Amino acid sequence: MSRRTPTRADVATQEWTGPSRHYDIVKEGVIALVVVSLLTVGLAILFGSPDEPSLTFKGWATSAPDNFYATTVAELAGTSESAGYGPPYNSAADGLAVGPLNPQQWFGVTHAVDPPNDFVITPLRAQQAPPSAGAALKLWDTATSEQQTTWATNYDTAITAAEGDLTHVADGQYGPVPALALALTDMASAGSLDGILMAQGNFYQTDYTKQILFMGDGSYLDDAATAAHLQGNTWGMMNETGSYPGQAWLWLYSVWYQIPQTNSDGTWLTDHADPGIFYVMMILTLLLLLVPFIPGVRSIPKWIPIHRLIWRDYYRGQRTS
Amino acid sequence: MKTAETRPAEVDEATDRMWTSRLRRLWLAKLPPDKLLPDRQPAYVASWIYVFGVLSIAAFLVILATGLVLAFAGPAWYHSSSAGHLTNSLHFWGTQLFLMFMVIHLWGKFWMAAWRGRRALTWVTGVIAFVASIGTAFTGYLAQSNFDSQWISFEAKDGLNTVGVGAFFNVTNYGQMLLIHACLMPLVVGFLVVWHVLLVRRRGIVPPLEAFSNDVPDVVKPTEDARS
Repeated sequence: MSRRTPTRADVATQEWTGPSRHYDIVKEGVIALVVVSLLTVGLAILFGSPDEPSLTFKGWATSAPDNFYATTVAELAGTSESAGYGPPYNSAADGLAVGPLNPQQWFGVTHAVDPPNDFVITPLRAQQAPPSAGAALKLWDTATSEQQTTWATNYDTAITAAEGDLTHVADGQYGPVPALALALTDMASAGSLDGILMAQGNFYQTDYTKQILFMGDGSYLDDAATAAHLQGNTWGMMNETGSYPGQAWLWLYSVWYQIPQTNSDGTWLTDHADPGIFYVMMILTLLLLLVPFIPGVRSIPKWIPIHRLIWRDYYRGQRTS
Repeated sequence: MKTAETRPAEVDEATDRMWTSRLRRLWLAKLPPDKLLPDRQPAYVASWIYVFGVLSIAAFLVILATGLVLAFAGPAWYHSSSAGHLTNSLHFWGTQLFLMFMVIHLWGKFWMAAWRGRRALTWVTGVIAFVASIGTAFTGYLAQSNFDSQWISFEAKDGLNTVGVGAFFNVTNYGQMLLIHACLMPLVVGFLVVWHVLLVRRRGIVPPLEAFSNDVPDVVKPTEDARS
């Protein structure tokens, strides 16, 4: 029975019994903490941190009243992005499938959002409405859902045909929809919609799903993000407001949104960019996790001798010994 | 009741069987005090790259301390108070440094092939800690309650919804994001960092690639290896 011959690999496996030196890890840790604390204080005092105030419905309705008005009509007509989103907010769409996989449907509607009622009708009912709005609400309530949809869709189509210019919308059978949209715009301009949407019938509230969806249906939030260079195709995933480093660690995730194939309107890859890039990043993360077990990849450090720089004293010692 | 008649040998045997004693013996066998807090390191541990591990831990402690102050003061404090804004800035820059140090540490360990010699779990816990740290930073950005939070939550929801994650991780739910950021993620990252460090202490610092056997008496030199 022959004795097993030790190999180079065993050097890493065995307890190190070669040359050693004093190394005070506690002192090193304390010095590191002091240095990092001072560095953090210096950076914080010199540069501060980003804190751009949040957008409000009041700001939207006062700075872009026509867009707010048109978005309100789209919510009533069911043509907004939120209204046609699908799970987890509603059942209006199937969600994005990649091949046979459609995980967006797996858990169904978990955060129910009903744009016409949640964004428009319920807030209008929550306040002491002016007579015109009160009458419009009464007419809306007494109509069938088909009639409601017809009014709202007709008006939404007319606004779209007028390219959002409310002064050029053709006359038509719109029922109480113009009055409802005007009442909500007035309500938002006065600042009361922000509070009513936040409270949603409760004293405490910490879920802003409905507000974010409603605000995202218009152009106000999108325009502000464009102005701040926060769109996905301008590295928005890793940028943040002002001249701050943002989430630079998301650079690889962000890279995929810069390539033309995920950036062109109407292409399959662009439409499926979100799930596709998510899956790619999950696979890359898994590969990073499994580097020690992947033949070839785990040998890269041997082929590219950066370790010769890291341990240059050790290798220099080897040459002289 | 046999306590009064128990003989010393039986006492020792009973003590040996105790879960507490077993755990203590296991701990001391795997990680004796001189391994946990060594005063010497192999001579090859002599590069600036080694500093980035401890710098990451230091930055993590800065984040924990400043995050604790922010938590006690409440999530709206830093919007309206200069002291709050400074604390938030410390938290912000602590995070930037933490992730930067971690990335450098990770790259350093990659080029050192630091998973060699039964150290794969050390690599794995490090990568998971890095990914968890990104998740922590992400929930922190969502919990800022400012324009950045609004936009990030609006954009991020689509990617997460399309893969089903949005059903139980709702980025537009401020309360959920704040709780995950402040209560859950520090525990997750803290646990992973402690685990990672204990593994490093247990296995020791990985020796240089192609380390020659003359450093370790029990290992034959490559040339001798070839002759045998």
